[in-house]
Amino acid sequence: MSAISDTGTRRDTTFTFTIDGVEIRAQPGQTIMEAADDAGIYIPRLCDHEGLRHQGSCRVCTVKVGGRSVSACTQPANPGTNVESETPYLTKLRRDLVEMLFHEGNHLCPMCEASGNCELQAMAYRLDMTNPTKFPYLEPNRDLDASHPDIALDTNRCISCGRCIRASMDVDGKGLFGYVGRGIKRRVAVNGMDLAHTDAAVTDHAISAEVCPVGCIIRKREGFRIPIGEREFDKGLIGHEIEEKANA
Amino acid sequence: MAEPRLIEIAPVTRVEGHGKVTVHMNADNQVEEARLHIVEFRGFERFIRGRLLWEVPVIVQRLCGICPVSHHLAAAKAMDMVMGVDVLPPTAEKMRRLMHYGQVMQSHVLHFFHLAAPDLLFGFDAPAAKRNVFEILKENPELGRRAVMMRKYGQEIIAATAGKKVHGTGAIPGGINRNLPIAKRDEFLKDIDTMTEWVQDAVKLAKDYTIEHIDLVNSFANFPSNYMSIVREDGALDLYNGNFRMKGADGNILLDQIPNKDYFNYVIEDVRSWSYMKFPYYKEMTPETGWYRVGPLARLNNVDFIDTPLANAALNELRAVTDGKPNTSSLGNHWARMIEVLHCVEMIKQLLEDPDLQGTDLVAKGDRRQVGIGVIEAPRGNLIHHYEVDEHDQVTYCNLIVSTTHNNEGMNRAVKDVAIKYLDGQAQITEGMLNHIEVAIRAYDPCLSCATHALGQMPLEVEIQDAEGKVIDSRRTGAA
Ligand code: SF4
Ligand code: SF4
Ligand code: FES
Repeated sequence: MSAISDTGTRRDTTFTFTIDGVEIRAQPGQTIMEAADDAGIYIPRLCDHEGLRHQGSCRVCTVKVGGRSVSACTQPANPGTNVESETPYLTKLRRDLVEMLFHEGNHLCPMCEASGNCELQAMAYRLDMTNPTKFPYLEPNRDLDASHPDIALDTNRCISCGRCIRASMDVDGKGLFGYVGRGIKRRVAVNGMDLAHTDAAVTDHAISAEVCPVGCIIRKREGFRIPIGEREFDKGLIGHEIEEKANA
Repeated sequence: MAEPRLIEIAPVTRVEGHGKVTVHMNADNQVEEARLHIVEFRGFERFIRGRLLWEVPVIVQRLCGICPVSHHLAAAKAMDMVMGVDVLPPTAEKMRRLMHYGQVMQSHVLHFFHLAAPDLLFGFDAPAAKRNVFEILKENPELGRRAVMMRKYGQEIIAATAGKKVHGTGAIPGGINRNLPIAKRDEFLKDIDTMTEWVQDAVKLAKDYTIEHIDLVNSFANFPSNYMSIVREDGALDLYNGNFRMKGADGNILLDQIPNKDYFNYVIEDVRSWSYMKFPYYKEMTPETGWYRVGPLARLNNVDFIDTPLANAALNELRAVTDGKPNTSSLGNHWARMIEVLHCVEMIKQLLEDPDLQGTDLVAKGDRRQVGIGVIEAPRGNLIHHYEVDEHDQVTYCNLIVSTTHNNEGMNRAVKDVAIKYLDGQAQITEGMLNHIEVAIRAYDPCLSCATHALGQMPLEVEIQDAEGKVIDSRRTGAA
């Protein structure tokens, strides 16, 4: 159902604002990101995911509204505002954030089954992260949890986006995942001694390929089945589907 | 000079990775001992522990920048066994074979034209500035162009079967993740006859060299040994699949049709204090008598025939030189290498014409096992991957025997043989003399570690030490 009406037969509650000077139309209650998506403008993101409640924690979607930095995935769009997104400053900020995620985890893309389908890797490509040497590598060496017959967890690749936590709690009603630790030590853990001691099932939404943006949650014996060339981001840069809307 | 001396050559140029040669000379300038030291990448076996079984064929490719496909396929074969798959769907087996033939072709061509040809064409003691691939391109641009195109053809085959020229993902436990689209097939078919023609010329080049220099070939690092490879059930050459065969120097068969999974009942790895790399030998014999060589010439010594007509005819010519007896030379490897490339292009053509490559049944399933052993004939020779995988799909044990390890004893003998012939009694050691040692090592195309490809010039460091290890002379050649 839409409140939009060009003929004015129903009250038009939509309003306009601009992103990088482009005027777009939004519905009341939409976040900046949702309105941008509808208009075919992609704002980079990692912790936000369709169908899950917004969390606003990764800050990769940071935009500027009236000179103030806000996360586009949580900030409601406001009539008449001017939002900056693709500025050199914001692109660098996003690149720095993504770079830090690489340095916090242990990411060996050529050996990782998420490669080509991974949002972190794809974001690095999109943001032109060519030289990840600025920050120190923390190189965690956490044990793989392969105790479950169908699922494995390699938390060395976790970016703490919390998508699995929200999916399991809100969609599956299970509360399988949660955060442990604080600050830089914060990471995701399962609600049990290991995966085998939880009620995790490979059919859970939280375990599905779309929820974990990286190669942390692994569905066993599926790795490398999709040939190079047919993986998600072989088709285009992350966000290309949204951007294609604008061209359509 | 009255002091005993130790001459070191480090790193050996134009081999994959790096190694070091030491020549120990006594006070009378006689060669006492000559050894090849290789730093092996054993850290890998620890790294792979705990990883998931389907990751292994992808991870192991990182062992080597030059023949990653061999490791990829050997690991995939081992994981087929773990998955309980003894027979792959025809499309999977044929796609893997295609990938393998492409790999052997590009690797052999690279070795012959880029690494070995400078020595063969310009002479072992030609100045270093002359002994490189750029000189070949300058003096014979057509040959250089063909070398590049042949290598590219092999690489494109790899890309079409594995998704990328290096470090692709084609083979998965129990099968393959893609087939070959008709359009790709036709691209390859278009050039296959040209390739076959060019490879035949390359075989002739290697053959003519060998026959013209037969005295050198016969006297240069030529010594008897046993030979080991896998062969097909009917004794034919098969680079992808087969059972072990070992032949003695006189051509008698010591072992035959030993299943891959039983290799450790026959081969044992000897450890020596001065080398990190092990010395495998046949268990029923001693380290002195049971060592063997692997690689192109070992394979051609081992097989009864080649199942493709052009390569088989070429094999017969090679055999005629030694009256049908095993060819015990080192330099004969170059000729053997080109015969294998001929076999590869013949096989590639056969496969391209086979509609199974467009099949859609790609992966088979079976009953899980704990142990996986995969054996393949890599460009440089026999390659064994051995894993144990627990019920959680995690690797708990890994042992790899790579071609260079199989050839360890053979290369050491080659080094010693040449050192005695060219360095003995010499007060002054020239660069040309040292290059002879490297030529002997290069004949085995060793892949000395997982390191990058040392194409062209690498610094060559020579140290002459007295008995106490004090450096009394040192020299550095090649581009620093
Ligand atoms: S999770 Fe993504 S970024 Fe990390 S290693 Fe895998 S592909 Fe690379
Ligand atoms: S496991 Fe995956 S989905 Fe969950 S927090 Fe880590 S990266 Fe995000
Ligand atoms: S996507 Fe907005 S903060 Fe993560």
